[in-house]
Amino acid sequence: MLEVTSLRSGYGAVEVLRGIDLDIEAGEIVALLGSNGVGKTTFSSVLSGLIRPWSGTIRFKGEEIQGLSEQAIVDRGLIHVPEGRHVFPNLSVRENLELGSYRRGRANRARNLDHVVDIFPRLKERFAQKAGTLSGGEQQMLAIGRGMMAEPELLILDEPSIGLSPLLVEEMFDLIQRLNSDGLTILLVEQNVLQSMEIAARAFVMENGEIRLSGVASVLMDDPELQRSYLGLA
Amino acid sequence: MRQLVILGIVFALIGLAPFVIASEFWLNLVIMTLYAALLGQAWNILGGFGGQFSFGHAAYFGTGAYTVAVLQVQLGVNPWLGLVAGGLMAVVVAAGIGFSTFRYGLRGSYFALVTLAFAEVLRILSNSVDFTGAGVGILIPLDQGAANFQFVSKQGFFWVIWLMALAAFTVVWWLGNSRFGAQLMAVRDNEDAARALGVSAFRVKMGAIMLSGLFSGLAGVFYAQYFLYLDPYIAYGPAISIESLLVPIIGGMGTLFGPLLGAVGLHLISELTRELIGDLPGISLVLYGILLVIMVLFMPRGLAGLVNRLRPKSAATGARHA
Repeated sequence: MLEVTSLRSGYGAVEVLRGIDLDIEAGEIVALLGSNGVGKTTFSSVLSGLIRPWSGTIRFKGEEIQGLSEQAIVDRGLIHVPEGRHVFPNLSVRENLELGSYRRGRANRARNLDHVVDIFPRLKERFAQKAGTLSGGEQQMLAIGRGMMAEPELLILDEPSIGLSPLLVEEMFDLIQRLNSDGLTILLVEQNVLQSMEIAARAFVMENGEIRLSGVASVLMDDPELQRSYLGLA
Repeated sequence: MRQLVILGIVFALIGLAPFVIASEFWLNLVIMTLYAALLGQAWNILGGFGGQFSFGHAAYFGTGAYTVAVLQVQLGVNPWLGLVAGGLMAVVVAAGIGFSTFRYGLRGSYFALVTLAFAEVLRILSNSVDFTGAGVGILIPLDQGAANFQFVSKQGFFWVIWLMALAAFTVVWWLGNSRFGAQLMAVRDNEDAARALGVSAFRVKMGAIMLSGLFSGLAGVFYAQYFLYLDPYIAYGPAISIESLLVPIIGGMGTLFGPLLGAVGLHLISELTRELIGDLPGISLVLYGILLVIMVLFMPRGLAGLVNRLRPKSAATGARHA
């Protein structure tokens, strides 16, 4: 579904992504792991068109999309839920959700809203409330729900578990798994290695703007290098 | 919907003014308050709903004013046509300024400074070219008659500014209830998240600045016809830019009724000081500065915020989503 080859990008003169190769098959959860500052968020932003790539190709459903506008990329079904629950605090929950379907037809909007409310019944109770008054966990659900409103084929979740309590993290990962079993392809960008590996089919580990390790999640878990650098084992 | 009903009632009540106010002095005060509300609402579209703080709304105001005046004096064009031309020219200037700032992603204080610079450039230009009358200014010859947009009584002017303000307030009500408005507020709240959803921040901001410029330009046209005199300092000077932003900041940015509350508040205060201190040159600017500091420090949500705070909570949240 997604094929990235030798992707480079950065800010000004600073190169952040130094040739990334990554692929995602339809129906998979793929985890992109790595600690702070290795370029994970830059990578997701390049995929969704918020940051321009310097070179390399991004192929989505067989079509090259690098350098397209963010609108064109949303239109093609690649949806990015940015890091840090970027909800619109002064708009209501309902307005937040509706903005997610902004690029979709009018007829689809009501259906998408029903669908999202099915997934997140909590949001329905808070429809008229301003998004800024929601709890952290609810805001994260709203951000994901808003992404779902855009009819994603590939959903990029950038650190969905950040800043959530352990119980909510658990809930969040259950939810991601549920979305995936409904047929959604997901790129999970995370620092939480253990829990991500549990639900991901395959994983890529980033370091210094490069992919350091990659492979089937269950195999990768036993990799001594991963254990040493990320889990403090061995 | 409830807001629209309230808006209708408020403007209907204001519309009673020419029937119940006999004194020209008081009717003038109502006219100038509506005019300030129009200026403030224009700024509110871009600043309050779009989060783009312009310090140079005089650029649109002055363009509207000069367009109608120059067309009339130099080319003999009827000022009602000039009204349309003035509005359009202001939109063109707004589009130009918007394109050159938003295209390069200027935000916050950079945007504020650049808009200030644009207004100053226009002021200096209008001070140096002949067809605007340069530093001497431009005097629109007195030729009273409704066909000339020079009403004999103040009532005619009242209805013009009443209609202009009503149009601006209706557009802002629409902003609060439309997809375009939701996108604009989304860009204000979080531009990157809005872009990730496929909202074109550039296009949305361009729409807002052009709407904003249109109403500022109309206010300029009205000013020119009401006072029949313009010079570069009046048209493009900082006083207009400051009044434009002060009205919604006092009243409540990003709210429908904020600019109306702000205009009333500002005029009460400036009339009051004129009574107390007299017509000291520049005193209003000193006062505006002090007022701005006080508002930002103690009442960041403006008078509208105060009204909301005093109301019971359920009513306050209900109104937003009625």
